[in-house]
Amino acid sequence: MAESQIKNININFGPQHPAAHGVLRLVLELEGELVERVDPHIGLLHRGTEKLIENKTYLQALPYFDRLDYVAPMNQEHAYSIAVERLLGIEVPKRAQYIRVLYSEIGRILNHLLNVTTQALDVGAFSPSLWAFEVREELMTFYERASGSRMHAAYFRPGGVHQDLPPKLLEDIHAYCDFIEKIVGDIDALLSGNRIFKQRNVDIGNVSAEDAQAWGFSGVMVRGSGLAWDLRRSQPYECYNDLEFDIPVGKNGDNYDRYLIRMEECRQSVRIMRQCIEQMPSGPVVTTDGKIAPPKRGDMKRSMESLIHHFKLYTEGYHVPAGEVYAAVEAPKGDFGVYLVSDVSNKPSRCKIKAPGFSHLQAMDFLCKGYMLADVSAILGSLDIVFGEVDR
Amino acid sequence: MVPTRFNKLEMQLSEKNDIDESLQDLGDHITAGIGDAVASYSVVHSELTLVTHVEKIAKVLKFLRDDPACHFSVLVDICGADHPERAKRFDVVYHLLSMHQNHRVRVKLETDEDTQVPSVIGIYPAANWFEREAFDLYGILFSGHPDLRRILTDYGFTGHPLRKDFPLTGFTEVRYDDELKRVAYEPVKLTQEFRNFDFESPWEAAEYLLPGDEKASEGQNPGDKG
Repeated sequence: MAESQIKNININFGPQHPAAHGVLRLVLELEGELVERVDPHIGLLHRGTEKLIENKTYLQALPYFDRLDYVAPMNQEHAYSIAVERLLGIEVPKRAQYIRVLYSEIGRILNHLLNVTTQALDVGAFSPSLWAFEVREELMTFYERASGSRMHAAYFRPGGVHQDLPPKLLEDIHAYCDFIEKIVGDIDALLSGNRIFKQRNVDIGNVSAEDAQAWGFSGVMVRGSGLAWDLRRSQPYECYNDLEFDIPVGKNGDNYDRYLIRMEECRQSVRIMRQCIEQMPSGPVVTTDGKIAPPKRGDMKRSMESLIHHFKLYTEGYHVPAGEVYAAVEAPKGDFGVYLVSDVSNKPSRCKIKAPGFSHLQAMDFLCKGYMLADVSAILGSLDIVFGEVDR
Repeated sequence: MVPTRFNKLEMQLSEKNDIDESLQDLGDHITAGIGDAVASYSVVHSELTLVTHVEKIAKVLKFLRDDPACHFSVLVDICGADHPERAKRFDVVYHLLSMHQNHRVRVKLETDEDTQVPSVIGIYPAANWFEREAFDLYGILFSGHPDLRRILTDYGFTGHPLRKDFPLTGFTEVRYDDELKRVAYEPVKLTQEFRNFDFESPWEAAEYLLPGDEKASEGQNPGDKG
């Protein structure tokens, strides 16, 4: 028999591929259909957010956070607002905390519904995404009714939130909670027992608890591996301590467990939303410190001091005491952190954005090695990657 | 109403003090454990910050990971920071998290363009992309890194964009050229000067030196002259 040369195949996956979840380029080295090596090339959506933030005042820097993980915009603003608040040493009023938690949980549902259903799309199920998008559309309308914008809300501000919610909006969100649960139940009925969905996800992309920590995973990626780590419980911020909810934890650390956790987290988020609306206290929605929060429009018509404050806050902004903080929140994708360094000026001297997706994506090589080519897109889907936050 | 609010505030304050105290103890424990590798430590905003030297970083992180009282099993983040006014202009900042002990720590070291920082991939595999990012954006070099390529910037990019002396607009701009049928790179042309306001407040920051004022202080302190 003649000697034959066997050569590994290199293929290029993306950046324009529907299962690449944005602009990911993967260089894959295959032996037959088995994956030998994965080299993700990122940065195709790099916009220099951190550089831009260094050249903006603290308030002007905030809208950039909507544009990171554009699937759940307000959760990013939350981390940044907490970082600035810690540097300034200000307290957020109770009502603002409840509003923030309410909208963070809406963001979590927005994110999980998109992720679960697009992952189903990657493995061949089409209809769940259509059902989920109906809910997402309505939830984004709630974003719009609070902030005026469906996605790029700029609603959480250092010191509180931008504007108070009208009572009718709270009623409508409360009434809509049932429908969210119904749709989550419908998707659950379609996917959880589905033979094809299980064949594509059970025992694929397994991560042990040790590996999850060594690779710096967070959020659903560690909870899937059996670690009950959720910042809302372990390092509580805002009013999470006053609310009742459970943290779902997986057993096997595979794609399917992560899917189940996301579904359960949607239900828990609905539970939190209901509690927030029912327990919502009255009072101010932004700190009463006039040197941080802008005055009310009505006050500006009558009070000279308010007018001056408004002008100063929207031109010069406020000066933040020198120091450095690292503030993290439990964003839907994992621990989203902001490392903020301030000199005494009105602009951050350094703002490092720690996106959970960055750590998850760099483990692609570790996760995919030895699996089949078709599993790459299933694993990628279950990592929950959005390029806005990975590339910054 | 008032007393309960007061009690709650007091409770929060004492909670904060407890956290600060336990972090202080942790700082003492780490300093005792690795001695001279920790130059100093501080607890500010309820966060523990250790300062170390370039050559000691691997030793520090290994201790923080393996010591049972520390057990920092997760490397959250590595990032650079630029302070051009200093002789050693870059800070490299490591953020660690312990999911078992539920605490965080920040480790900082100073370096410059030429001094290589030992890579910590051997201790935390997650360091790989973070070190590539710090190299890409600041030009900080990591020795022993298996694959120190650029990560976020364009293929063929030159310069390190997050350095303070790198202009916000960059040096090149791109557009699709229909004749060449490819993306063309050109030097940045701004039709309007980039607006960069000086926000130093005239009410707070300026020091008014009226002509002749210096004579008053001269009279008080004759020794200061010259």
